[in-house]
Amino acid sequence: MTFTCPAPIAAKDKVLLGHGSGGKLSAELMRELFLPAFANPVLSRLEDQAVLEIGGGRLAFTTDSFVVKPLFFRGGDIGSLAVHGTVNDLAMGGAQPRALSAAFILEEGFPLADLRRVVDSMAQAAKRAGVSIVTGDTKVVERGSGDGVYINTAGIGVVADGVNLSAAHARPGDAVILSGAIGDHGAAILTQREGLELEGALESDSAPLNGLVEAVLAATREVRAMRDPTRGGLASALNEIAAQSGVGIALREEAIAVHAPVRGACEVLGLDPLYVANEGKMIAIVPAEQADLVVRAMRQHPLGAEAAQIGTVGGQAGLVTMRTAFGTTRIVDMLAGDQLPRIC
Amino acid sequence: MRYLDEYRDAGLARALAARIRARVTGSWTLMEICGGQTHTIMRYGLPELLPPGIELVHGPGCPVCVTPLETVDRAIEIAGRPGVIFVSYGDMLRVPGSHSDLFRVKAAGGDVRVAYSPMEALKIARQNPERPVVFFGIGFETTAPANAMAVWQAKREGLRNFSMLVSHVLVPPAIRLILGSPSNRVQGFIAPGHVCSVMGYQEYETLSREFRLPIVVGGFEPVDLLEAIAMLVEQLEEGRAELENQYSRSVTRSGSEPARRIMDEVFEVTSRQWRGIGPIAQSGYRLREEYAAYDAERIFGAGEIQVQEPAECIAALVMQGLKKPVDCPAFGTRCTPEAPMGASMVSSEGACAAYYSYRRHIPEAQG
Repeated sequence: MTFTCPAPIAAKDKVLLGHGSGGKLSAELMRELFLPAFANPVLSRLEDQAVLEIGGGRLAFTTDSFVVKPLFFRGGDIGSLAVHGTVNDLAMGGAQPRALSAAFILEEGFPLADLRRVVDSMAQAAKRAGVSIVTGDTKVVERGSGDGVYINTAGIGVVADGVNLSAAHARPGDAVILSGAIGDHGAAILTQREGLELEGALESDSAPLNGLVEAVLAATREVRAMRDPTRGGLASALNEIAAQSGVGIALREEAIAVHAPVRGACEVLGLDPLYVANEGKMIAIVPAEQADLVVRAMRQHPLGAEAAQIGTVGGQAGLVTMRTAFGTTRIVDMLAGDQLPRIC
Repeated sequence: MRYLDEYRDAGLARALAARIRARVTGSWTLMEICGGQTHTIMRYGLPELLPPGIELVHGPGCPVCVTPLETVDRAIEIAGRPGVIFVSYGDMLRVPGSHSDLFRVKAAGGDVRVAYSPMEALKIARQNPERPVVFFGIGFETTAPANAMAVWQAKREGLRNFSMLVSHVLVPPAIRLILGSPSNRVQGFIAPGHVCSVMGYQEYETLSREFRLPIVVGGFEPVDLLEAIAMLVEQLEEGRAELENQYSRSVTRSGSEPARRIMDEVFEVTSRQWRGIGPIAQSGYRLREEYAAYDAERIFGAGEIQVQEPAECIAALVMQGLKKPVDCPAFGTRCTPEAPMGASMVSSEGACAAYYSYRRHIPEAQG
């Protein structure tokens, strides 16, 4: 038997939707295009936020764009999401978010009433997170060139002394802690997009995580890394940490909470909740002896009531594995692009 | 969805594994033939629960994987035409043809849409009467009734802009090919539960008698599969070769009469090429002459695309249970789900992709 296989399709001359999925294609774009072009030590750390030393203090700085469809969904809308997303990216660096910018790309013909709803929601979300929206921009594109409204937010925050978080800091033996059940946001969006009416309330978990982070850091400064598992879900975020720290991660399936309606929706849609987006959950990697303290601190906060240790750092470097409820193990891989519904 | 929990219960799974261990004295090679079952076996690591005497091999039961290269190329060609709305099940979009895939057609400006059912494509056709809407009708006997219904409905409504690119395949001819091969190693089959809920299991009774081999109709949850394995092992150890039905909550002997009636009305049996395996006689469906007006191949005259199937990669041997994915030197290096080379790596339900995604950490991965 000879093994002459056809050459795979490697040439990518156009942007694919998968380039925005947070999976392997996104990482490839980063590695091959953005990193070499913008080469600098801050960017190459690949954190969710840049931490800059300015005037003797440390400032966290980040930006994010929001193109969600539908614009309004159960548990939130594009406006609250745009505030929470940037607040959370700052918070994951251990920063206290201070100020945000908001830039709107509006499509000609977009109802002003809807825009008002979005803006009011942003204002409320900012108030809840304790940040101000201090600068902004508005552009309008011709009908057909946009999707109603796209929002970009950027934010700055202050990193307290003694806090030094990085996805590259995980060490073998560390505990992996998750603040709650996974998949709520993605399941809410997808079922609404597919027009599925399922029993049980599916609601996005979109929320500002800076309060929860403060609670954790008040309990201990000995935290290695924090990440919010947004697009690409828990699996992608953990794979990033494993890759950046050069460690393996071993999960326990039974410790990872998935709410029943989310499980049902994923079953119907043929999706794995490990890859479904969250907008109000965080992962903390902490030294083993800090694990109980951090879980307790999270559980005392309303956004961390279901917090639990879901695994430990260890095993083959770069690989995330999971001990199933059956006592077997499997790999939890990074996806190439978006999760695709399976046919049967 | 609560009803599923008992079929994922760890205690039940362990009890079934113990039942299997207690019965096994010989070495048995068992095959499941549905990609959904392969996926469950890998995802839950079921081989780890089985005694060393039981080897699981994985059949060609992923319809996405076995869709021939020329059909994928044909789909890509049609989807790239101006004005066409091309609708497909999601996991078909990433499957590479000779030079491209449907995702790239979409990126280049093609109107490619993902649907969960052909009825969504019908709706799109009604909403866009001036544009041709083509549905990619692939799958086993499970998706065939819905696809047949869509074509039937389109004809009844007189929808002139809807058509289907049909590449349906049938399970029993593939089983016959595997069992009839002189190099066959398979001693027991898990028949595909969803296919049988449509077709019933009479065809599998015939296969069981013909090849004197135990066949158990199995479900898709880990507990279902362990129970099906236990039933096969008991038959093998007792020297029986019968058809048994583990998936009785969904499957009856005669299957779904209305589903078969609509399939019969719209489709006829034809020979089909299986990617990675080759041609199998009477192994698929095509649209009947009365529905020619809904046949995308005829409408778009794309029938002349002929490509050389790639020189043999190990997929053919993997899908007949003769080799393991890890036996291929390209596995996990030159051939991955991002850059698949052969049929069993192109979709998450293919044996190679399932191994790669869930099991590559176990060097001597078995099952």
